[in-house]
Amino acid sequence: MAEIIVVGAGAIGNASAYYLAKSGAKVTVLEKDSCIGNGGSSRNGGGVRQSGRNPAELPPVMYGVRNIWPGLSDELGMDIEYCQEGNLRLGKTEEHLKILRELVRDAEAGGLAMRMVDRAEAREICPFLSDEVAGASWCPTDGHANPLLVTLAFYRAARRLGVDFVTGAEVVSLRKKRSRVVAVVTACGSVYEGDGVLVAAGYGAGKLLRTAGIDVPMAPVLMEMLVTEESPPMFFQMLGAAMSDFYGHQTKHGSFIFGGTHGFEPYTDSSRLTGTSIAASNTCRGVIGYFPVLKDLKILRTWAGVLDDCFDHIPVIDNPVEAPGLTVGCGFSGHGFGLAPVAGLLLSQLALGGSPALPLDRFKYDRFRAKARSGNT
Amino acid sequence: MEIHRKHLSDFLSQPDDAMIICRCEEVTKGEIRAAIHDGMFSIRELRRFLRCGMGLCQGRTCERLVKAILARELNVRPSDLDDASSRAPARPIEMWMMANEVFWHG
Ligand SMILES: Cc1cc2nc3c(=O)[nH]c(=O)nc-3n(C[C@H](O)[C@H](O)[C@H](O)COP(=O)(O)OP(=O)(O)OC[C@H]3O[C@@H](n4cnc5c(N)ncnc54)[C@H](O)[C@@H]3O)c2cc1C
Repeated sequence: MAEIIVVGAGAIGNASAYYLAKSGAKVTVLEKDSCIGNGGSSRNGGGVRQSGRNPAELPPVMYGVRNIWPGLSDELGMDIEYCQEGNLRLGKTEEHLKILRELVRDAEAGGLAMRMVDRAEAREICPFLSDEVAGASWCPTDGHANPLLVTLAFYRAARRLGVDFVTGAEVVSLRKKRSRVVAVVTACGSVYEGDGVLVAAGYGAGKLLRTAGIDVPMAPVLMEMLVTEESPPMFFQMLGAAMSDFYGHQTKHGSFIFGGTHGFEPYTDSSRLTGTSIAASNTCRGVIGYFPVLKDLKILRTWAGVLDDCFDHIPVIDNPVEAPGLTVGCGFSGHGFGLAPVAGLLLSQLALGGSPALPLDRFKYDRFRAKARSGNT
Repeated sequence: MEIHRKHLSDFLSQPDDAMIICRCEEVTKGEIRAAIHDGMFSIRELRRFLRCGMGLCQGRTCERLVKAILARELNVRPSDLDDASSRAPARPIEMWMMANEVFWHG
């Protein structure tokens, strides 16, 4: 029986652990926090979105939406609140619509069914839109799920399959034996050894992987969200705007979850998970601009999370040739929730030396190249 | 501190399991105890798993009670457990007001 050490108990580490155990591996998950899933996985917008994603990500995310998400509640034995009611991305101006048409073109090129809808059809899909909405892109197979529950459901199911979880275990280095990465050392000095190591530690993977000579170009980016009080069911689509000034959805229990971008993200301090003074206000303006009916809803809570933004904004899902024994899943660049189940499946297959369910060429570690290349000068 | 998450003994119901602990979200003591036996070993996980402490009062009323239940099931002291984070806004606030951002002399 193969023995795999997983670093990180976010949605992706937990999903990897679950699929590894399901394939018969013995698994130990090491998490630095005192709590399971306290990273991006419990702080995200819950979007299970294919539209508007990098074309390279379409095959895995579409695979997940076709083959994993619809049955995930049954698979994990609890309701993870997956809701597949489509994604409307809204525009008000000609400039917005141009952006949306480009997204539709990219999607079609990648085989994803998506189209433009006019003002009337957008309002048919979601009657609560502002009169200012001129049109939208529409992807009927997009949706959302509850990230808190997905992360914990994979954890719970993995535990039931016998996976061991250790919290408070910050892994500080990867260790090789006969040139294979088979063990890790924690901050307390404990050594955990197996037949291979799977790193799914978000931005924290960067520093750790460098101890084995693997250097994934990632930057931490602080993103913020808010949740409102409950309101009666209004609409269940995932919503967004052409300029990404807001996105969000109404959850099963009635609250709305909204996030957005204000444009200063790369320049905010991500070392502390404290919100900035501008994000929530900016998001509210974005929301009210498209949904004036929501303006009196009360905000209960705001929070921040960190993205592991990769140089080319797509993840690394690979066994780097430089480090046999090591499996890497990081750099999900803000798209890792919708990808989590399929990423866990693929990473488990890589870690066990099998062939992955999908080609992973676009996610290889060796794709990064510095500007000046030999023969180029 | 490295903590190996153990498997607790089987969940046995107790006479007061039907008692509501989180009034905002109507979460009972039995649901909380069952979730702990399912592996939710921190206040944060319990909140995320059951929504206890996630309603209008944000746990101001029930967090101490939840902590006491968790401590008892895990056989540790409440003070050994991490709190959940308090988050802005301190009181629920309308979206239009948050959207204003500017100083309001009214
Ligand atoms: C505000 C926000 C909104 C988002 N919205 C969406 C969305 O709508 N849709 C979508 O698909 N994605 C979204 N994302 C992205 C998504 O949340 C992430 O891509 C995804 O959660 C990544 O999962 P993960 O398991 O890799 O990372 P994480 O959840 O961050 O887990 C990594 C874990 O590794 C642990 N760790 C780190 N270093 C170490 C170490 N050295 N030793 C041990 N443990 C370690 C961390 O403590 C953490 O628990 C959003 C992210 C944010 C922040």
